[in-house]
Amino acid sequence: MYSKEHKEYLKKIKINKFLIRLSQLLIVFLIIFIWQFAADKNLINTFISSSPKAIINTIINLYKDETLFHHIWITFYEVIISFLIATIGGIIIASILWRYKFISKVIDPYLTMLNSLPKVSLGPIIIIIAGASTKSIIIMALFISIIITIINVTQAFETTDKNKIRLLQSFKAKPYQIFFKLILPSNYNNLINVCKVNIGLVFIGVIMGEFLVSKAGIGYLIMYGSQVFNLNLVMTGVILLAIMASLMYYLIIFIEKKFQK
Amino acid sequence: MNILKVQNLRKAYHTKTNEILAVKDFSFNLKQGEFVAIVGPSGCGKSTILSILCGLDKASSGKIEIDKNLKFGYMLQGDNLFEWRTIYKNCLIGLELENKLTKENINYVNKLLDTYGLKEFKKSYPSNLSGGMRQRVSLIRTLATKPDILFLDEPFSALDYQTRLAVSDDVYQIIKKEKKSAIMITHDISEAISMADKVIVLSKRPSTIKNIYEIKLTNKSTPIQNRKAKEFAYYYDKIWKDIDYHV
Ligand SMILES: Nc1ncnc2c1ncn2[C@@H]1O[C@H](COP(=O)(O)OP(=O)(O)OP(=O)(O)O)[C@@H](O)[C@H]1O
Ligand SMILES: [Mg+2]
Repeated sequence: MYSKEHKEYLKKIKINKFLIRLSQLLIVFLIIFIWQFAADKNLINTFISSSPKAIINTIINLYKDETLFHHIWITFYEVIISFLIATIGGIIIASILWRYKFISKVIDPYLTMLNSLPKVSLGPIIIIIAGASTKSIIIMALFISIIITIINVTQAFETTDKNKIRLLQSFKAKPYQIFFKLILPSNYNNLINVCKVNIGLVFIGVIMGEFLVSKAGIGYLIMYGSQVFNLNLVMTGVILLAIMASLMYYLIIFIEKKFQK
Repeated sequence: MNILKVQNLRKAYHTKTNEILAVKDFSFNLKQGEFVAIVGPSGCGKSTILSILCGLDKASSGKIEIDKNLKFGYMLQGDNLFEWRTIYKNCLIGLELENKLTKENINYVNKLLDTYGLKEFKKSYPSNLSGGMRQRVSLIRTLATKPDILFLDEPFSALDYQTRLAVSDDVYQIIKKEKKSAIMITHDISEAISMADKVIVLSKRPSTIKNIYEIKLTNKSTPIQNRKAKEFAYYYDKIWKDIDYHV
């Protein structure tokens, strides 16, 4: 049983948390309200800035056309595939670089160069090689996220406590044992952070890819909308993206909490 | 009987900018069941010697003869517990790595945890333990693989004075009871005299042996009791002068 003081403390935390959530919701409603109000009163040009009502209508229409979930699914699929390949592939490559320092030193300047290269510039080349297809989009997203994943994960692995490595070596641990017993678990938080960054990067890559070779997906909706001057569609695409991106971000946080137990 | 023979050990570290001679000349023998303490000024090469003896580093030159059948247990400076493992799992890491998670070995670890007052903390994580408890876990982790020679690198440096006395008493008894041989590095002259059969005093870097003292105390018993022996002050004075802290 908690003391009275502790109960009050817990209550205070709860109330504080509630107030934060409430304020966050209020901000959303306030923005929607002001936006709609300004649109109704013709304070803003709805042709360019759209309006909440128009966006909801667009979503409903997309749903009635049975294309809403198709587009969402296409983008989601591309994001998940690229995310998994970039994250897992990046970690595997980083592990190899951790194990073989020589290779790591050799390719270091190339990684740095690739990292600072604006990846969009590779778009046309990728499309020529892989064709105007989903494949190009995934490759695009991969390029954007895997290089930085490799760099960040290698760096994290390198900073593992040297004394702990020596401790394991004193038990005659083999490199793979050091990797699985120490390097991986001690960098758990770093890896989760890499995942969080990657979700954002992969989204950028996928949308960029969809802009370039669009047949379907949210990026396609936005591109198509801008070409036919249907700004409602563009705004709808942006809003859908924002929702998807934050949902995936929270999914990672959820997984993080689950595994921490 | 000597179980470890070291002759003219020398170790230089090479970095891009210079070469550091850490150990110039170090020779000694360790007998079965003997407890040897090494003292010396900070940075003189004590840790270096220890890591070479237990095979983690290579000597630049010199000869080390060790009975191949003997097993080493190395306790590093600092406890190096894995924060994401429970106390129990921390103690088992050596056995895991050596693929020796047999029932017998696990029982032995449980017994050690029980004996050293950590039974209730088996499922806790290191962050919930005090410095003294963490140090004991670190020792149990080392003992779990049943080493014949223990290499202890300032095992108690993280502890406050009271705990330090208590834990060093514990550790001493464990080592004697389990009939292990041990080499311990310490900064604390009293600790060295009260625990060891032999104290090796090192010079400043590059280290050589300045003196070796066979510690002969009347009524030798536990480290805390030993501090009261009448020869204690004599050894303390000698070693203090050898180390010559005024730099
Ligand atoms: N990996 C290394 N590379 C280069 N120099 C090193 C390395 N390890 C140790 N040294 C140098 O060798 C010398 C001896 O180091 P060592 O850690 O053995 O000293 P120590 O006696 O254990 O010191 P302390 O009492 O502070 O623990 C120091 O001057 C240190 O700078
Ligand atoms: Mg040291």
